[in-house]
Amino acid sequence: MNALIVAALLLVLLGVSYQSGWSRSRNLVTADGVKVHSRPQYHGSYVAIWAMLPALAILALWAWFGGDLTHSYTVSQIPQDILLGLDQTGLNGTITRIDALASGYGVTGEIQPFEQSAGDALRSFQMLTFVGVLLVAAVAGGAALIYARSRVTARLRARNAVERVINIALLACSAVAILTTVGIVASLVTEAYKFFTFINPLDFFFGTVWNPNNAGTAGNWGSYGLLPLLTGTLMITVIAMLVAVPVGLMAAIYLSQYAHPRLRAVAKPMIEILAGIPTIVFGFFALVTVGPFLRDLGNLVGLSINATSALTAGVVMGIMIIPFVSSLSDDILNQVPRTLRDGAYGLGATKSETIRNVLLPAALPGIVGAFLLAVSRAIGETMIVVLAAGNSPVLRGNPFEPVATITVSIVNQLTGDTDFAGPQSLVGFALGLTLFVITLCLNVVALYIVRRFREQYE
Amino acid sequence: MTDTLSNTHAASLERTKLVRAGLRRRHMSEAIFRGLGLAAIVMALGFVALLFIDIGRKGIPAFTQSNLHLTVTFDPAVIEVGPAPARADFTSEAEYNAANLGWQREVALLNWNTIVEQAMRAAAPAGLDIDSRTLLTIPETDARHRIRALFVENPALLGQTVDVDVLASANATNWIKGNIDRSLGDAQQQLAAPARTLIDTLVENGTISNGFSWSIFTNVDSRAAPASAGLLGAFVGTLWMMLIVVALAVPIGVAAAVYLEEFAPKSRLTDFIEVNINNLAAVPSIVFGLLGAAAFINYMHLPISAPIVGGLVLTLMTLPTIIIATRGALLGVSPSLRQAALGMGASKTQMVFHHVLPVTFPSILTATILGIAHALGETAPLLLIGMKAFVAQVPTSPFDQATALPVQIYLWQGNENRNFFEPRTAAAIMVLLAVMICLNGVAIYLRSRLEKRA
Repeated sequence: MNALIVAALLLVLLGVSYQSGWSRSRNLVTADGVKVHSRPQYHGSYVAIWAMLPALAILALWAWFGGDLTHSYTVSQIPQDILLGLDQTGLNGTITRIDALASGYGVTGEIQPFEQSAGDALRSFQMLTFVGVLLVAAVAGGAALIYARSRVTARLRARNAVERVINIALLACSAVAILTTVGIVASLVTEAYKFFTFINPLDFFFGTVWNPNNAGTAGNWGSYGLLPLLTGTLMITVIAMLVAVPVGLMAAIYLSQYAHPRLRAVAKPMIEILAGIPTIVFGFFALVTVGPFLRDLGNLVGLSINATSALTAGVVMGIMIIPFVSSLSDDILNQVPRTLRDGAYGLGATKSETIRNVLLPAALPGIVGAFLLAVSRAIGETMIVVLAAGNSPVLRGNPFEPVATITVSIVNQLTGDTDFAGPQSLVGFALGLTLFVITLCLNVVALYIVRRFREQYE
Repeated sequence: MTDTLSNTHAASLERTKLVRAGLRRRHMSEAIFRGLGLAAIVMALGFVALLFIDIGRKGIPAFTQSNLHLTVTFDPAVIEVGPAPARADFTSEAEYNAANLGWQREVALLNWNTIVEQAMRAAAPAGLDIDSRTLLTIPETDARHRIRALFVENPALLGQTVDVDVLASANATNWIKGNIDRSLGDAQQQLAAPARTLIDTLVENGTISNGFSWSIFTNVDSRAAPASAGLLGAFVGTLWMMLIVVALAVPIGVAAAVYLEEFAPKSRLTDFIEVNINNLAAVPSIVFGLLGAAAFINYMHLPISAPIVGGLVLTLMTLPTIIIATRGALLGVSPSLRQAALGMGASKTQMVFHHVLPVTFPSILTATILGIAHALGETAPLLLIGMKAFVAQVPTSPFDQATALPVQIYLWQGNENRNFFEPRTAAAIMVLLAVMICLNGVAIYLRSRLEKRA
């Protein structure tokens, strides 16, 4: 309701101001045929921007500080003697009740007289401030409108001013990317720092036991050793790369060097379908099909393989990464100059000899970069591992046993309904920070290598 | 002389032989290498086929479900309740509403299970000895709500007999479809022996039949009545999130790309932004979930489990994709177009917004759709912002509690009744994949159409 009124006010202001600038500009032209610097729509936009900015600024200020103001008003409405008898939770409860009374929802239990009066007072206060803020915003917008309109003359460089505003808006949009990174780093670092006030960083980074005590209290938090999770992550990553690299690379070589264009046109998008399938689907596939299949296969040859194990998760993750490896390698193989290949053919090398002895060595740095990107993706992958790796955070080297990874533990420790008070949930951020740093290093190195490789042949 | 000649001849023969042998070896290794390449392609394509066949084989049966066609008698002996209050008897709307609610509460307190039981006994062969507990394991537990709702809607049904279709329970469905091994002993069966025999009889006499399972599409998730659990709530939750992603990621992403590609001066700052965007594209999705939990929920106090937070997180995740794709498209616009616009006296802003950007529209559209398809399947970050809570309503605003399609899949695959929920999870996956394939298809179609026109 309130949001609708605010939106309506802003829309009206926008329409009126644009129209007023536009019509004034038209009048300039028709008056005595002078040459106007900017076209009418720029004058309209100019006035509209002038009118909207103060109104928006006032509304933003209210959105920012209004909550605190209302809060302190509510507190001031509670009688002094009752206020003194309330602790923080009690106060919050009372304020919630008063809020509910003010908004007319009603509350459970008996309504005390002070609550009722405070609720009534709060309601009129909310009404008054809302109307007041709206009025102030409208007056400020209107004043700015009149001022800007008076500035609309033939010589006003409205287009330049409007374009400057557009430019700033564009810059702000690209700053969102930086803000995201800053937000990620800030939230991970602050929450991880809180975690390290509970648990010694040495115990975290070099601990060999992962056993968080989820119901624990001070002095009995449980152990938060990273190593079992790290080895699990690495084991699954290695298995995934053992699957993805040979298949992906050979597929890329065949498609770029051997395949008939018609086969290439069909097979390449087909393989890339794998890249578009949600990871939860791969996880389900691993859990209900690949896992039992590998277990039966193990029984056949006398190996004891768990249905949910590092092997299951690794194999399916490898399948998921195949298109990633193959399309990146394909790009890179295509960038090796033709002259290198033609030279090898001229010396009488067969196609495979050319590929193995000339093409691959030339493309090696780029391919290594692509592999590092694939590794970083495998390390950060979550859903396959959550479903198919068995969640057993124990330090061991057998890939046929269940394992747990960093991502699995983040999901297990942070399920959304936490207040981030104890290390049980905060550890999610320490793990996230570890994950972020590892993948960031891999990405930076990989992107650097790939860029260097491209520049080499450009 | 002849000697040396024959010597060289022999040597050349020898060499030819050597080369031939070498050639054979080299051709062999060529063939092997080529075969390996082909094998890799076949393997990769095989995985695609295997995945789709496996999901389809598991999921397709779940689109049919067993229904019970019951003849329900609204027995006045059981439904002991006064007539529904009529509007005419009351002076004000409020009084009527209060009376009506009171009547509905009375109706809800009646023992509707008895009605269901009577209907079941009527359908069963005469003289069957089965206790009511066992009997009531056959229809889904929401059968009584369905029948009660019929009565509340039309109180004139009292004393009458009507045909009602109700869902068979999850366990009964398992038994009928053979999802559970029929040869297992009593201890491992979910249903008691008399119920199993009765189900087989009812299937034979036509009381139970299989029909298309509309409930998957029209119902929300349910724990008490698993057979009626559906995807509607999750679907609407996903829809809200995608709306937010489209509304935020597209304008911001395109604006950022335009700035970086067209306006940004070559400076440290823009270099930094560029490196940043490339890195953000490769940050694991779960890290965005951590950002959402810490920044949006813990710091800004946005509601937990709400599509607004999920939408914001997915927006931040999709932004780099859209920015990179748009920049690529802008880079591909031919310089002659720019020069022509500038030559006609357009300002740089006019050139970009009036001439360059419209040309890149097909690429931006395609990138947007592909970005959304990617965001649609994302699960991990949503788990961290509480969207795996059990929600049994359709969210009506982005601030309501909700779940999403991929998260619903995650929740269903974890359900204890594996025999029933494994096919249903596969069916949910098929729905998700169908949506994604549609999106991708639309992207390909639009691109080919718009590019032809351009």
